[in-house]
Amino acid sequence: MKQLILGLAATLMMTSAHAEPTATGDLGLVIERAKGSVLLVDQSDRAALARIEGLGDLSHASLVYSPDERFAYVFGRDGGLTKVDIVTRQIVNRVVQAGNAIGGAISDDGQLVAVSNYEPGGVRVFDSNTLELVADIPTGSKTIGLVDAPGRRFVFTMWDSGETWIADFATGTPEITKIPDMGKNPYDALITANGRTYITGLFGEDGLTALDLWAEAPEPIRVLPDYGRGQEEMPVYKMPHLEGWALTGREFVLPAVGHHEVLWIDADTLTETGRTQTHGQPVFAMARPDGRQVWVNFAHPLNDTIQVIDSVTKDIIHEFKPGPAVLHMEFTPRGHEVWISVRDANKVMVYDTQTFEKLREIEADSPSGIFFTARAHRTGL
Amino acid sequence: MARLGHRSVAPGRQSSQPLTSVLLAGAVVIATSAFAADTLNPDALKRLVHQDCGSCHGLSLKGGLGPDLRSQTLQHYDQDVLTGVILDGIPDTAMPPWRPLITEEEAEWIARYLLQQEAQ
Repeated sequence: MKQLILGLAATLMMTSAHAEPTATGDLGLVIERAKGSVLLVDQSDRAALARIEGLGDLSHASLVYSPDERFAYVFGRDGGLTKVDIVTRQIVNRVVQAGNAIGGAISDDGQLVAVSNYEPGGVRVFDSNTLELVADIPTGSKTIGLVDAPGRRFVFTMWDSGETWIADFATGTPEITKIPDMGKNPYDALITANGRTYITGLFGEDGLTALDLWAEAPEPIRVLPDYGRGQEEMPVYKMPHLEGWALTGREFVLPAVGHHEVLWIDADTLTETGRTQTHGQPVFAMARPDGRQVWVNFAHPLNDTIQVIDSVTKDIIHEFKPGPAVLHMEFTPRGHEVWISVRDANKVMVYDTQTFEKLREIEADSPSGIFFTARAHRTGL
Repeated sequence: MARLGHRSVAPGRQSSQPLTSVLLAGAVVIATSAFAADTLNPDALKRLVHQDCGSCHGLSLKGGLGPDLRSQTLQHYDQDVLTGVILDGIPDTAMPPWRPLITEEEAEWIARYLLQQEAQ
């Protein structure tokens, strides 16, 4: 009898699955950092759908999506790599691949998932289906700024040694190209959406360093080497994130380190085109997908505030305080709304980016990163 | 009180109140050091350690860009040395001085807390 009921239940579930397939294109996941869970959210309904638990230490966690927008690969601080099925709302696989990890990336073909580690320092690459180890690339250094690049490549940088390595998986066994002298203590990096330019921010010296990945043999290109010289640096209570460095028309905008401003850089010449003074040390400077606005949040103790900058005038056009500890922002793919995680309010807040009106508050436990599935189709995200 | 004289280490900082007054913003705008000492808020300090120190050292203090801060790792440090590192940072590293944000008593509390945590 019991089996019959279970069988019936399974049939019913399958039937309903057939009747209403789950479309994932407007879904997303919010990291709940203290609880070790992720919250499945629906962008169009502005609602939380489900909580998926058991992902370990998710402080500073991030994730990437499979090309079909069904699976999320969640990178936890404790070295955990968890594969979550957002259709069935379950964890389908989980490995603890290192002691202390910092982020990850998925290859352009969706077959390889790479994780960068602080301890032991290096990058480990896994089969995205099985999470079996494909390659172990020790670097002897805390490894940061890991991104995917076109051609089944991963690019990453070493905090301690100041090298950038390109790991090319086009032929199966990885071919490693090492580029020394990127600068002192690179703390994060990004790749432009077209996969051509890799830029790493430096903590240990002024400026940034770029690589042209279209070059036969990429060489470090110094960007703003005199930036901040002669000015007193302010203490940095939280390292900025560079994922959000965004192209606004012809310019990049990025957070300064040790200064309360964002920098504007010409994307072609990599020279400075302006600075905008901000409320505090910027953490994320994220462009709305159309590039018209840049939204900035700040390090402790000014992390209750967001400023919005117009990318044409470079002026601050709006400032507001969503609440204590604003950690992350994610735009809807066309930019009409932005979702903001307010950790100490235990809420995700949704705003209209034209009127700045708050549209919704969604309960979440110490929310940090917000990731919509549209990232699946973007290089570097 | 020597502490107040040291608050100028970071010119241009916009917020130089001790943590307690930041958290009580609006209640007491100019917190005296005596007030701060009398009102050490362990919950707020624990939150600071795990959430804000944690942005480099990890939420569970196992380390990140910054080193492991668990008690077993820190045992060979004197409490006074740790207090000094918290207040003044370590030059040429990513460890910033927290003196602009917290009082000496709060730094001492944090150093003691780090050394006394249960082994994890």
